[in-house]
Amino acid sequence: MSEALADDMLVCRCEEVTVGDIKKAIRDGARDVVGVKRRTRAGMGLCQGRTCEKLVQQIISKELGVPASETGTSSVRPPVRPVTFGELAKGDVEDD
Amino acid sequence: MIHKDVLVIGAGPSGLSAAIEAGKAGADTLLVDLNLKAGGQLFKQIHKFFGSSAHHSGTRGYEIGSLLLKQARDAGVEIWLQSTVIGIFPGGKVGIERGLDNGEKDLVTLKAKTIIIATGASENAIRFKGWTTPGVMGAGAAQTMVNVNHVRPGENIVMIGSGNVGLIVSYQLMQAGCNVVALLEAAPKVGGYSVHAAKIRRAGVPIYTSRTIIEALAGEDGSVCGCVTAAVDDHFQPVPGTEETLKCDVITLATGMKPTMDLVKLAGCALKFHGPLGGYVPIHDERLETSVKGVFVAGDSTGVEEANTALDEGKIAGISAAEELGYISHEDADAMRSEIWSRLDSLRLGPFGERRMKEKKAMMEEYSETVKVPAAFQ
Repeated sequence: MSEALADDMLVCRCEEVTVGDIKKAIRDGARDVVGVKRRTRAGMGLCQGRTCEKLVQQIISKELGVPASETGTSSVRPPVRPVTFGELAKGDVEDD
Repeated sequence: MIHKDVLVIGAGPSGLSAAIEAGKAGADTLLVDLNLKAGGQLFKQIHKFFGSSAHHSGTRGYEIGSLLLKQARDAGVEIWLQSTVIGIFPGGKVGIERGLDNGEKDLVTLKAKTIIIATGASENAIRFKGWTTPGVMGAGAAQTMVNVNHVRPGENIVMIGSGNVGLIVSYQLMQAGCNVVALLEAAPKVGGYSVHAAKIRRAGVPIYTSRTIIEALAGEDGSVCGCVTAAVDDHFQPVPGTEETLKCDVITLATGMKPTMDLVKLAGCALKFHGPLGGYVPIHDERLETSVKGVFVAGDSTGVEEANTALDEGKIAGISAAEELGYISHEDADAMRSEIWSRLDSLRLGPFGERRMKEKKAMMEEYSETVKVPAAFQ
């Protein structure tokens, strides 16, 4: 993969976050995937980072000179797949 | 709320074989999958599988899928298709968007005594100029189009990556009538089996090693009309002056996969980074149990491998879940598992398999050092 990446190249297509946005987030103090996500919304769109997480890890790894194993992984919250409010509202809510 | 002994999430090879083992042992087992059909990626595999008879060698992938589905039904497994697990909640409650026969969806909550997460893997993207141009897609997506939906993704294909996925999907695209313009591999040699590479070479498809894509070109309609490739040096960096342009309308990426992790994260399973297994993975012990008691993993969701290793891991997870609930004695479960483990060890031979076997063993050591005993659901 080319290291000479243009800053305007998209990384998170759902939230339209570019290489430049992510580099700036790292300059601003982001040290892992969650830090980048909070500053840029990369990984907060429809696919929830399924496409871009590895790309974000690679950029952090290169910018900070750390192995990918130290770049972290995104946090997750339900629903993990899109679901309509209608379905949520009529869903069964009984306890145990 | 619905109660089950065993909930298996994902009906690919590992989930199906897990459900079969749990069902056969007598556990009340539910298998949930978001697709229209059970079988996961098996239903896209029109080629014959390698390996031993225990792994259905010589049988085409989709036939293995049908066979497993029948075995699951015979084992009394309840199967919900077009049903999506949307979350695992405190205490191990599971939210499922259940697909109904009339096409409607219903949201149900369920509590299972044990959960087997077999959610597979998703394709890696790689970055190059124009990688978001329409016409750039995963090789798996192209395979779904031709083998499941019977639609050609385009006419002229450039395949990136020469692992088995890149090689096999190239051939299947040709069988569907596409022209595979070239296959590019950044490494100095072909990644997949030479028997697959020979097949597409014989058909006249050039395989360029030490060369990669640096740009997708868009035509007037905004979609792919070609790509620029370049030779790469020992550090995989493009060498200036070696650029070449290829005409194509589709660029398929066969550049590896990563485990699908959302549900293991929600369940609170401990994760570790293992590059050769695809990145972060939930760590497990010899019983395929995660750091959370009663939560098991199997198949690509705990390390990207092959369909046959997924089948065996699924079996182990299904046996362990049934053992956990007392449907199989510890002695019997140990004996069944050790037979499968020795088979798995022999499957994990060869340059790729051995690397993964080493990672898996390291992972299980980490488990015994850091997790020791799985903790109850938070």
